Amino acid sequence: MENNLLSIVTFMPAFAALILAVFLRGEDEAAQRNAKWLAMITTSATFFISIFVYLEFDPSNTGFQMIDEAEWLLGLNYRLGVDGISILFVMLTTFMMPLVIAASWDVKTRVKEYMIAFLILETLMIGVFVSLDLILFYLFFEASLIPMFLIIGIWGGANRIYASFKFFLYTFFGSVLMLVAMVAMFADAGTTCIGGCDVSLLTHTFGSETFSLMGVQIVGGMQTLMFLAFFASFAVKMPMWPVHTWLPDAHVQAPTAGSVVLAAILLKMGGYGFLRFSLPMFPVGAEVIGPMILWMSAIAIVYTSLVALVQDDMKKLIAYSSVAHMGFVTMGIFSANQQGLDGAIFQMISHGFISGALFLTVGVIYDRMHTREIDAYGGLVNRMPIYALLFMLFTMANVGLPGTSGFVGEFLTLMAVFQVNTWVAAVATTGVIFSAAYALWLYRRVVMGDLIKESLKAITDMNAREKWIFAPLVVMTLLLGVYPALILDVIGPSVSALVEHYDTAVAAGMTAADTAQAHN
Amino acid sequence: MEITLLFAPLVCSLLCGFGWKVIGENAACWIATAGLFLSALLSWIVFLSFDGTTETIQILRFIESGSLSTDWSIRLDRLTTIMLIVITTVSSLVHLYSFGYMAHDDHFGEGVSYKPRFFAYLSFFTFAMLMLVTSDNLVQMFFGWEGVGVASYLLIGFYYKKPSANAAAIKAFVVNRVGDFGFALGIFALFLLTDSIKFDDIFAAVPALAETTVHFLWRDWNAANLIAVLLFIGAMGKSAQLFLHTWLPDAMEGPTPVSALIHAATMVTAGVFLVCRMSPLMEYAPEAMAFVTVFGATTAFVAATIGLVQTDIKRVIAYSTMSQLGYMFVAAGVGMYSAAMFHLLTHAFFKAMLFLGAGSVIHAMHHEQDMNNYGGLRKKIPVTFWAMMIGTLAITGVGIPLTHFGFAGFLSKDAIIESAWGGGSMYGFWMLVIAAAMTSFYSWRLMFLTFYGEARGDKHTHEHAHESPMVMLIPLGVLAIGAIFSGMVFYKSFFGSAEYVGKFYGIPTAEMAAEGAAHVDGAETNHGDAAEGEHEGGHHGPVFVGKPGEGALHFAPGNTVLEDAHGAPKWVKVSPFIAMLGGFLMAMWFYIWNPTLPARLAANQRHLYQFLLNKWYFDEIYKFVFVQPAKAIGRFLWKQGDGRVIDGGLNGLAMGIIPFFTRLAGKAQSGYIFTYAFAMVIGIAVLVTWMTMTGGAK
Repeated sequence: MENNLLSIVTFMPAFAALILAVFLRGEDEAAQRNAKWLAMITTSATFFISIFVYLEFDPSNTGFQMIDEAEWLLGLNYRLGVDGISILFVMLTTFMMPLVIAASWDVKTRVKEYMIAFLILETLMIGVFVSLDLILFYLFFEASLIPMFLIIGIWGGANRIYASFKFFLYTFFGSVLMLVAMVAMFADAGTTCIGGCDVSLLTHTFGSETFSLMGVQIVGGMQTLMFLAFFASFAVKMPMWPVHTWLPDAHVQAPTAGSVVLAAILLKMGGYGFLRFSLPMFPVGAEVIGPMILWMSAIAIVYTSLVALVQDDMKKLIAYSSVAHMGFVTMGIFSANQQGLDGAIFQMISHGFISGALFLTVGVIYDRMHTREIDAYGGLVNRMPIYALLFMLFTMANVGLPGTSGFVGEFLTLMAVFQVNTWVAAVATTGVIFSAAYALWLYRRVVMGDLIKESLKAITDMNAREKWIFAPLVVMTLLLGVYPALILDVIGPSVSALVEHYDTAVAAGMTAADTAQAHN
Repeated sequence: MEITLLFAPLVCSLLCGFGWKVIGENAACWIATAGLFLSALLSWIVFLSFDGTTETIQILRFIESGSLSTDWSIRLDRLTTIMLIVITTVSSLVHLYSFGYMAHDDHFGEGVSYKPRFFAYLSFFTFAMLMLVTSDNLVQMFFGWEGVGVASYLLIGFYYKKPSANAAAIKAFVVNRVGDFGFALGIFALFLLTDSIKFDDIFAAVPALAETTVHFLWRDWNAANLIAVLLFIGAMGKSAQLFLHTWLPDAMEGPTPVSALIHAATMVTAGVFLVCRMSPLMEYAPEAMAFVTVFGATTAFVAATIGLVQTDIKRVIAYSTMSQLGYMFVAAGVGMYSAAMFHLLTHAFFKAMLFLGAGSVIHAMHHEQDMNNYGGLRKKIPVTFWAMMIGTLAITGVGIPLTHFGFAGFLSKDAIIESAWGGGSMYGFWMLVIAAAMTSFYSWRLMFLTFYGEARGDKHTHEHAHESPMVMLIPLGVLAIGAIFSGMVFYKSFFGSAEYVGKFYGIPTAEMAAEGAAHVDGAETNHGDAAEGEHEGGHHGPVFVGKPGEGALHFAPGNTVLEDAHGAPKWVKVSPFIAMLGGFLMAMWFYIWNPTLPARLAANQRHLYQFLLNKWYFDEIYKFVFVQPAKAIGRFLWKQGDGRVIDGGLNGLAMGIIPFFTRLAGKAQSGYIFTYAFAMVIGIAVLVTWMTMTGGAK
């Protein structure tokens, strides 16, 4: 099934960005309007076309589909494709972008550049999820940070330089290590093809013989080292405790739309990386390091939930809650069973809608009051009933209320980790208590109570545009909560193939590792 | 029909909550109420025509992942149908009552439409509760479980301008989540061991579970016991059992109809329902059963002691609810699930009535809730007085000893106390008898303080005290019928001979074959050695023989509590009546014959009085042990962990490296981006070079 659908979806936004850059001149109102509308139409059209990708996708086929390949420069290969693991991330991206553009309608400064940044960002993000070539992946993965830097650095808050500096610091080291590992992978496998070709990284078995390096026994050998290198990069992206502190700062400084993209999509690149590379390519490494990651996840959930409890900046609070939710994701992934992976993917998609919506709710009142201080609010329900309702819904979804999409992922990942390690499960399950505490307390301080503050007396409820932005998110959150098969059916076969692959590879690889260890 | 009765409240809730602007406030409220009455009607039809065979109706697929498979579905058995009539009957009456109670509210300004919101919440609550009881698997049950939690949260915080209401709402939700923590772990453990969370599969696997050990946290446990205890922790949260009860009294911040529906009749009984629903598991988990019994009995006692001294009329009833829930757990804990369900049913009627009656008093007294400011209201609000009187007679358990003739509470509470004795739990038995005396005392104290004696407090309020409108009195009348007759009507089905009970619940029974055979098996469960001696003569009559999952309840072969309870000696059967009488006389002495006594006693026993008045200081202790440390740790992790250790460490590291790169890129300010892009390009270059050098050759 050869077609160019994926290439079109991937590059259409970049193409529109090019048009904007080349043809749109001037800073007047008309130019701004044109820029916004072009971005809106492009992102909508991209979503529309991606629906065809979704329709053409056959869940029962666990391999890569709709492969689009071409010779590229210097003998490199251009190869795109989707499977059950990646397709929903593509859909998530194309779904969120029109909403992001709509949420940016009131941007006044450098509108053209703003739209260009977001359009390019979309291309790069989709590219990450559909690349089937290592170099292509690296290119998209690393380049996607540049527009994000710019979005924070140009349209961000007062302390944006510090935030983007921190953001940079963290990601940089991860990238370097990942690059080294990639070179090693290519040296070992002799191909850069990730999957969908005769010789691919996914089918290649990397060495797992235990060896000693400078006196240290490396159980799992090559695989463990490469796993760690990739882990350095993905863990920062997720972000996992203890390399999460860039996220609250980045969120606080980013404009609303930037926060939405960051939380809804960019964070998922780390989780996707684990699923695409770490688990299937370095199963022995994952098996060796996995238990530690489970603990890191459990700590992340409790630690960041407690920190979220004492925040006084709304965005920081939600950012910390994001870290906690990503803890469920890593926990599910490294439980390495069907429920865990299903749950992790579900949690990522659902978190995309929910955290996106939560950042939008902050944006709504930020646009009116220009502050994110929780103490500056209180009693909004008196003047903003619709806002209160939506905020309640997404607060509950964030808390993982059954019937909302937030529940399914949490439930499945916890259930999965319980099968592996009951201690981790018990510690992580306390997260459901803490999340209720911080989320409801936030809600109470912002929305409930009497409207006393003079400054809030004239605040207005959401306008039509804002309501329309929320509508699709409400629908998805509830729909997926009630009928999760919409996701689980799509990812199920691919996930179960991955789990099967993982189990056999671990069984074989661990024996090799143990034998080698015995010989030493 | 079942689907209609399940979804009518949801549909009407949505219509009411979102459509009221179009159809008008009153119409919206009536739609919600009509939906509930329809639901109630259908529930009664289902209940009366139900023949005891379990059936399952599938609605939609739910979570499916690997071997985990769950559906949205309706499991129809006797337990479900009992809960259906309890929920929909009380709920529809509460809807009706709310028209009067919520007609005017000073908490909201002029022109604020709070009524549709209130009715929508009530209907939504009912829907969630129905989902909970009709579920055929633990996940859907968890949906209902959390759904009622949210509805409760919303309704407790209904007066959103009141800080105390908001605090109570959060407290209710969070404390319930502590229980959910246990519930969730129980579900996970069940899935780990049985590969399913559907009731049918679980019940079938129960005998095997009893033989399995599972490693959980630091040691190995018997699987059945572990899971039963974990699930019970969930039940403790929802049903306000000791240590997880602190939210219930605070929940009285909600409007009174809410207290009647959610915090007395339905939601708080969900825990009891869960334990009864899991009766096949409980039967194979003797230690867990003992745990349940002890907790139930202790809760019944502790709550009753606190109830003795409270002065807020709603809080007295709240502690009484907590205490009565303890009774139900004792019944379930000793293995007499049908007695637990019996008390659940009768309690729903008389406690809802007490709350609605209290609401009527509060309504009459312009939202005054302190009983110190009541007194002599008998003449002012006679209908309410009589309703409360019937409720009091029912809860204290008035009836003719040694017959089956009395108010609802007489039959169901005595059934529980006899079961406790028959089940061999002497602790449970004595705790419940003492609690019965206290129940009688505080219930009559409430009556005397409210309706007898001199009018106290604000004169003006007393002069304007008025009887509530018809729309509030009718529900009281209907519930009164339930409070009087439900015990007598349903006695045989819940606590008659095994034949009746078996038929009612769809549990197969058989004539006792070889006498004493069941007794030998019985020795290995916790059902009592005391009973053993009493019935040396062997059994006669039918016994339960169903396998786990057959019928709505399960009684293991050794479970002879029903018979042992019936065979209890006369003094056991009369003891609750005597306790009730004692409590009544004490209350007469304290509040009618010698009204200055309570104050003197309180002064004499100041420490004890303060201890009870402050609810055993649970809130204070929790605040000190959990709430404040959580915040302190959070702050510490944020400032020290994130700030000093992580960021500090990284910044230190960075200071050495960054300047180098920024020099390379030039400008300091936007340098990072260039640095980054630069590094990336170098990276790509390295990769590509490597490829062309080596890969190109391949």
